[in-house]
Amino acid sequence: MDVVFLSRLQFAAAAYFHFLFVPLTLGLSLLVAIMETKFVRSGDEDYLRMAKFWGKLFVINFVVGVVTGLTLEFQFGTNWSRYSAYVGDIFGSLLAIEATVAFFLESTFLGLWIFGWKKLSAKAHAATIWVVALASSVSAYWILSANAWMQHPVGYEIRNGRAELTDFWAVISQPFAVHTFIHTITAAYLLGGFFVLAVSSYHLLKKNETRLFTKSFKLAATWSLIMAVIVVVHGHYNGSEVARTQPTKLAAMEAHWETQTKAPIYAVVIPGTSDRENNLFEFLPLPGFLSMLAYHDFQAEVKGLKEWPASERPPVFLSFVSFRTMVALGVLMLLMAVLAFWWRNKLDQYPWYLKFQLYALPLPWIAIQLGWTLTEVGRQPWIVYGMMKTSDAASPIATSQVATTLVGFVLLYSLLALIDIFLITKFARRGPEPAPAE
Amino acid sequence: MLETVWFVLWGVLWAVYFMLDGFDLGVGSLIPFLAQSEAERKVMYRSMGPFWDGNEVWLVTAGGVTFAAFPGTYAVMFSALYSALMLVLFCLIIRGVSLEFRHQVDNPGWRGLWDIGTFIGSFLPAVLLGVAFANIFRGIPIDAQGVNQGSLIGLLNWYGLLGGLLFLCLFLLHGALWTALRTEGELQARAGNLASKLWAALLVVAVAFLIATWFATGLYHNYLSSPGLFIIPLIAVASLFLIRVRIGAGAWMQAWLFSSLTIVSCTLFGVIGMYPALLPSSLNPEWSMTIHNSASSPLTLKIMLGVALVMVPIVIIYQFLVYRVFMGGKVSIQEAGEEAY
Repeated sequence: MDVVFLSRLQFAAAAYFHFLFVPLTLGLSLLVAIMETKFVRSGDEDYLRMAKFWGKLFVINFVVGVVTGLTLEFQFGTNWSRYSAYVGDIFGSLLAIEATVAFFLESTFLGLWIFGWKKLSAKAHAATIWVVALASSVSAYWILSANAWMQHPVGYEIRNGRAELTDFWAVISQPFAVHTFIHTITAAYLLGGFFVLAVSSYHLLKKNETRLFTKSFKLAATWSLIMAVIVVVHGHYNGSEVARTQPTKLAAMEAHWETQTKAPIYAVVIPGTSDRENNLFEFLPLPGFLSMLAYHDFQAEVKGLKEWPASERPPVFLSFVSFRTMVALGVLMLLMAVLAFWWRNKLDQYPWYLKFQLYALPLPWIAIQLGWTLTEVGRQPWIVYGMMKTSDAASPIATSQVATTLVGFVLLYSLLALIDIFLITKFARRGPEPAPAE
Repeated sequence: MLETVWFVLWGVLWAVYFMLDGFDLGVGSLIPFLAQSEAERKVMYRSMGPFWDGNEVWLVTAGGVTFAAFPGTYAVMFSALYSALMLVLFCLIIRGVSLEFRHQVDNPGWRGLWDIGTFIGSFLPAVLLGVAFANIFRGIPIDAQGVNQGSLIGLLNWYGLLGGLLFLCLFLLHGALWTALRTEGELQARAGNLASKLWAALLVVAVAFLIATWFATGLYHNYLSSPGLFIIPLIAVASLFLIRVRIGAGAWMQAWLFSSLTIVSCTLFGVIGMYPALLPSSLNPEWSMTIHNSASSPLTLKIMLGVALVMVPIVIIYQFLVYRVFMGGKVSIQEAGEEAY
């Protein structure tokens, strides 16, 4: 157990935890904004009650996302100081811009939304949640472009013993950033949709507030279908971008050892570990499919892991399992979104489906966490792909310091997660405030 | 030149953070002492409810700008102060969720739990930020590689503790004035009364700090070589006295604004004294992190300056407007008792 390993654990714990809350913030804020807008435009009080009900769940979730984000920003300095000093010229500016252009808007206007129901006109109030929702998504772009730069550094030169910015536009507009953003943001929007579908299903099964939750379900079904299609279809292009920029990650996520043309995908694989150099079990090859998926060409050559020394290969098993499970869950959620949309007008005939939709609540979270696992684990052993090794990036601090805070993080965050889940469940079950007497 | 501009901006961002989060850290620390009933506690929470989150973003921005403009300093400062900073972060996490969770369950035991969280999460950061900045003013035992040769306990030296006490007094007074400004009746009277006492305490601590700074730090060097700079500490002293004058007149808004000015000028007094260092080394001046050895490339500094010059005024304008929306009238017991929705 050294500082690097403990710092990796700590960052992983903090990032996983942060990203339990962020995607719901991203997805639910937009859905609440749509609901409140529908109220303003139609005057239908149901939509106002929906905005308040879903908005309450959104707020409980939001604050944990904020406070856990705070620690992530500072962990680059506390735990990864060598990394920070080496690439701060580029990476730091993206984080600073995120705070000034987006995070301020998000936090300031959320206060206005929460406390402003009686102080603002209906239109102005609805506008504030749009600001929160859009600022959250803009915020995501800056953070993800910073992450994309670690995955595929561009627009820099190594000067004065560090990476220095030469082309800012290249950094913020590179395809890797754009693809990462589309994939992550639509996944988060899908998660918001599935959250609304699951909680609505719970109430529809209990025949509680049926009209209101049917409206919620319908809105979320259409929304989720659109997002699921984009996530799954675009996911393919995201994979191609990885193939183009990170050949070791591609090989690891497919457990692909031998360089070959017309590379197959095996339907069933038990992958080997990095030093074993082959898979334990492979079954049912689909010839040329890997070449096709990576390069849109059945004949293309796909480099295998053996091209690189073992010290430069990412952990194969974790990358592979994360990738396959994420894809399987993505396809499953697409099918569910199709069914939810198809049956949205006759939900009372499909109680078994509502039950399924309710219990499927954790699926988008699992898929998203696995996606990040692949993104970050698949980048190893690099902290900045091809430029700086993770092992060279940690702070010169004592192991005991990191061990202490790691334990502190895990305890505090577990406690917060339990309390937050308790609160969200409590208010989700209770349902909306009763309608004012007519 | 560019580095100097960023140095000033860096100092201003920290000063604004202390000015804004200062009052809600102060209110959070004072709730157990000022509020005598659940209704009054709710009023105090409500008085900062719409603002604390937006205020805390100034910390994220100050941290982000340290990273972007002076990555070398960011790396050394935050790793050298690892344990202290982590403690502050844990406190701020607990505070944020306490403020949000407290009102979600109608149960005295539940609320009591989050009251403790709010108090600890407000009180400790107020002290620790003061300890940290006093140590930064004084210099930290960083070696040529930027490794801190000291310890967490080493930060708790007499000057660091005096700095912690100074920040605590500043923030408590700031919070008491905010409470007096935003509330009415007995609570307001109690807050105003406490503000007078806190002011006296602050005066003693501030004088002690200014004198101690002469002996413990090199901050006065810059002032002696360019005496015009003495305007900053003079503003701090003048606004400190004006706080008292406005408290006497019951002009809470003006007293609070002078308190803001005091916090900003105190912070800038220390920051300007350090120039060109952002993190002096107490072992060897050569090892200090300065604007010369830790700044970003000119291109990054230029881009960031463009972003800052456009965005920071916009942020100030809309935060100001949001404050105005909620500043019409006092927070009444009835309003605070209602659910936020």
